[in-house]
Amino acid sequence: MQRVVITGMGVYSTIGKNLDEVRDSLFQGKSGIGFEAIRKEFGYRSGLTGIIDPPNLKGLLDRRSRIGLAEQGKYAYLSTLEALDNANIDQEYLEKIEAGILFGNDSSSVPVIEAIDLVREKKDTSMLGSGSIFQSMNSTISMNLSVIFKLRGINFTVSGACASGSHAIGIGYFLIRHGLQECVITGGGQEINPESMGSFDGLSAFSTLESEPTKASKPFDRDRDGLVPSGGAATVILESYDSAIKRGATILGEVVGYGFSSNGDHISVPNVDGPVKAIEMALKDSGMKVKDIAYINAHATSTPVGDEKEAQAIYKVFRDVRPYVSSTKSMTGHEMWMGGASEVIYSLLMMHNGFIAPNINFENPDEHSAKLNITPKTVEKSFNIFMSNAFGFGGTNSTLIIKKI
Amino acid sequence: MNKNEVDDIINGFLVEEFEIEEDLVQPDATWGDIGIDSLDFVDIVVIIEKEFGFKLKGEDMIDVRTLGQFHEFIYNRHLSNK
Repeated sequence: MQRVVITGMGVYSTIGKNLDEVRDSLFQGKSGIGFEAIRKEFGYRSGLTGIIDPPNLKGLLDRRSRIGLAEQGKYAYLSTLEALDNANIDQEYLEKIEAGILFGNDSSSVPVIEAIDLVREKKDTSMLGSGSIFQSMNSTISMNLSVIFKLRGINFTVSGACASGSHAIGIGYFLIRHGLQECVITGGGQEINPESMGSFDGLSAFSTLESEPTKASKPFDRDRDGLVPSGGAATVILESYDSAIKRGATILGEVVGYGFSSNGDHISVPNVDGPVKAIEMALKDSGMKVKDIAYINAHATSTPVGDEKEAQAIYKVFRDVRPYVSSTKSMTGHEMWMGGASEVIYSLLMMHNGFIAPNINFENPDEHSAKLNITPKTVEKSFNIFMSNAFGFGGTNSTLIIKKI
Repeated sequence: MNKNEVDDIINGFLVEEFEIEEDLVQPDATWGDIGIDSLDFVDIVVIIEKEFGFKLKGEDMIDVRTLGQFHEFIYNRHLSNK
């Protein structure tokens, strides 16, 4: 069995467009959430959303590479550029070791909508142009980045709802662990446009605390009323330990545990047993005890039922050990397909900079969150091991454990 | 629209939209010389429709191998479309 390490990370998010900006936002407890009037005009219950700057890739990428990238693909290109630079991996090395890509993504709405609108109007598919198909498919990120970076290893998209990014890291970890890959670019991307989120808003899942957008996402708080949709992209470079040592790479962390499960239950209402199973499986895989986990980056999205079930699941496993817990979604909003990957990066940034980011807006606990050690303020503390949870519709659960070495 | 205006529109979108170096956009340049492949041609069909109001079909273009021939072909289609 190979040991699996993280040697690079990159992020493009609502709380910063690179690692340095994101680290500062996490430390300061800065929110990336705002209000978008167009959502209300569109018929949304909630105009709340993560706010992100649209990137301009002209000059960075040639036309052919650009026109296949949907919104989340642009974010993912930038986060991957940063991650490869962070890992000190160049194009020649990527090709030499036949690196692969596993990216989490579970929608690409705008290109699909635009294509259908145009064909309905023109009655002619040849007017769609050549980029539409490559932007529309769920595998848009992995298919485009694999071509741009000339990757020759594993190449597919992991669609596991709001656990996609976490599962992508987990599957990459398995492939390297079993000696099937030396290096895999993993991560998650999430579109953030109003077109993509209407059906989710229609479930009344979003917070409507519009008067103070930065206070709307309040995971674990007694008065939480729903999540805030958000997005961006995050890239985590996984490598075998031997490969990283051989090239003298800086090792940011070792992936020591991956646990997964499916609730086998309701399509949207989470339960306790599924997450417990994923957490316990990750612990068993890592050989860790609950007391070894210093920090849990919770999935908690600020929905009434979801946070309650996760709080119960964490308590069921950890009982009185009480590691620090925070949900960075209090600042970022719910980054969905991206969140499982970005939250590993957020936690790595904390681990390397000696702090635990706050669960902002956590003012009053409820019955279940009161049993956890949730920190509403930044805690300056060095730590070496964290757990990251990600759960999604359909009852998919993923838990990762990362250790500093 | 005269022939020069048609040529300018075509050369313009090749430089602006397809980011082809201006020096390469010459009448004797082949599609390969300027890096236009079959996928790019899908986009050229869309642009021609927008600019000139008619639809290009691949089978009509079999003998069009150089940019000069393409200028000529589009100009003649433009005239016959009037």
